[in-house]
Amino acid sequence: MSITTKDVEHVANLARLELSDSEKEQFTGQLNAILKYAEKLNGLDTEGVEPTSHVLPITNVMRADEERPSLPIGKVLLNAPDDEEGQFKVPAVLE
Amino acid sequence: MSEPNKYETVVGLEVHVELHTNSKIFCGCSTAFGAPPNTHTCPVCLGHPGVLPVLNRQAVEYAMKAAMALNCQIADISKFDRKNYFYPDSPKAYQISQYDQPIGEHGWIDIEVNGETKRIGITRLHLEEDAGKLTHVDGGYASLVDFNRVGTPLIEIVSEPDIRTPEEAKAYLEKLKAIMQYCDVSDVKMEEGSLRCDANISLRPYGQKEFGTRAELKNMNSFRGVQRGLEYEQFRQAEILDSGGEVVQETRRYDDAAGKSFSMRGKEEAHDYRYFPDPDLVRLHISEDWKASVRATIPELPDARKARYTADYSLPPYDAEVITSSKKLADFFEESLAFAKDAKAVSNWIMGDLLGYLNSNGLELSDVQMTGQGLGEMIGLLEKGTISGKIAKTVFKAMLETGKLPQQIVEEQGLVQISDEGAIAAIVSQIVEANPQSVEDYRAGKEKAIGFLVGQIMKETKGKANPALVNKLLLERLK
Repeated sequence: MSITTKDVEHVANLARLELSDSEKEQFTGQLNAILKYAEKLNGLDTEGVEPTSHVLPITNVMRADEERPSLPIGKVLLNAPDDEEGQFKVPAVLE
Repeated sequence: MSEPNKYETVVGLEVHVELHTNSKIFCGCSTAFGAPPNTHTCPVCLGHPGVLPVLNRQAVEYAMKAAMALNCQIADISKFDRKNYFYPDSPKAYQISQYDQPIGEHGWIDIEVNGETKRIGITRLHLEEDAGKLTHVDGGYASLVDFNRVGTPLIEIVSEPDIRTPEEAKAYLEKLKAIMQYCDVSDVKMEEGSLRCDANISLRPYGQKEFGTRAELKNMNSFRGVQRGLEYEQFRQAEILDSGGEVVQETRRYDDAAGKSFSMRGKEEAHDYRYFPDPDLVRLHISEDWKASVRATIPELPDARKARYTADYSLPPYDAEVITSSKKLADFFEESLAFAKDAKAVSNWIMGDLLGYLNSNGLELSDVQMTGQGLGEMIGLLEKGTISGKIAKTVFKAMLETGKLPQQIVEEQGLVQISDEGAIAAIVSQIVEANPQSVEDYRAGKEKAIGFLVGQIMKETKGKANPALVNKLLLERLK
C-alpha cells in the first residue's frame, strides 16, 4: 500500500489544512517513508498471537465519580486565540 | 401529490442520552447544567497536551444498566476509540467513543401504537463523551465556544431500521425516555439537551426488499418535533420519488418553526472519522460478577409495572400505559393507592383532573404541591361520603396549589358534606316553598324543573349537601 497525492489532499481537507503543491509532494514522500518503515512488521510471524488493541496488560483503570475543582476561567482562556464573554472566539465553520 | 400508502417508510433512530454523573467521564469537572461558560473545564477536557483521561466508573455502570434495561447483551471486553474530526466544539479534534466493541448490543424494546405491541431492535449502545456548545456571532462569521459540556458522559443508542411510521418513532422515544428515567441514569430532559435524537429515514415501494436511499435528519428538539420532522421528510421523499427523481444521501437539518428540513451538505459531509483505539485508555474487562452487581440495581421497568397494574388493580391497559410512562406518575399512583381502595378512581383522577391540569398549564408533576397521599386521602373521603364529588373538585384544586392534605382543607373551608337527613329536609322544604312555579311545572310533567330545584338547594348549602340525599328527599317532598 502506498500513499498518493490524492490521499494527502483528502487528509489535508479533513484536517482543514491548505497545502501548496510542493508541500503535497513533500508529505506524500514522507508518509510513504513512514508506511514503508511500518511495513517491516509484516515480516514478523504472528501465527498464534492474539490480536490486541492495547500494549499494556492491565484492564479496568477507573476513578470514583467525584467532582474536583476546575481551572479558574482566567487560566482556561490563556490559550484562547481570542475570547469574548468568557468564551473562546473562533472563526465560524461555514455549513 | 403522492398517493397515500404507495411507499413504506423505514426509520432508524440514534438517540444520545446524557448520564447524570456528578463528574465528567474522563476528568473531575462538574457536569452541572447552566454554569457560566467554561467554568467547568480543566486541562483534560480542554484537550491540553500531556494529560491523561481516567474513566469514571459510575458512567460505565450507568451505561451497563441502561444497556441491560434495553435487553442488550453486555460485552465481556469493551474499549474506547478515537473518532477524529475537526470542528471547534471538540478541543482535542477527536471524540473518545466506542467503535467496534460497544458496551451493549442486540437489544430491543416493545412499543405500543394504536393498541398494538411492536418490538423495535436496538443495534447497539455505546459510551462516549459529549462535545462543546457553539454560539454563532458577528453575523455568522465567528463562533463562541463553551466547553462546559465537553466530557459529559453520553450513551448513544442506535435502533434497528424497524420503525415504520412517525408515530412509532415517537412511541419509541417515549418508551426509551421512560426506561432511562426508571433506571435513574439520566435527567432525560430534551429541552436541556440531555436527550437528543437523530433519525435516518428512507422510503421504498411496498414489497421491495432493499432499503431506499436515506437522509439523516438532525436538530429535532422535541418528541413532537421528531414526529413532525419525519412526517415532512416522508412527504418530501415521496414527492421526489413520484417525479422520477432520486433521493440524495445527505444530512438535513429540521427547522420546526418552518416545518421543513434543509440540506446541510458541505465539508461536514465528508465522514471519514478514521477511528482507532485510544492508547490513553486501557481495555474494560466486564466480569460476570460486575454485570450481576449492576443488574441488581435495575428497578421494576415500565412494562413490568404496566403488567402489574392491569393484573393486580384491573386497570385498563390504556390507563396503565399512561400512568407508567413516567416513573414519578407511577410512584404517585402507588402512593395514592395506600390511602384509597378504588384503583380505577385513582387512575381517573390522575388521567383526567391531574394530567389535564398539568398539560394545560405546561407543568410537570414535580411542579405542583399535591402528593399521592393527598389524592388518595381525598378519594378516601369521597368513598366514605364525607365530601361530595363537587366538593372533591374544590379540594383537588386546593391540594394542587397548597399541597395541604384534604382533611385540613375540608376543615379549614368547612367543606364537610351535609348528610344529615333532618338538615337537608329543612332546606328542601324551604326551597320548595320559595319556588311554587317550579313545583307546579314539575307536577305538570316538566321533568327539567327538578334540576332547578336541586341547583337551588346546592346553592343554599354551598354545594355541601349530599346529592343522593337531596334527590331522595326532594322527590319524596314533591310526591
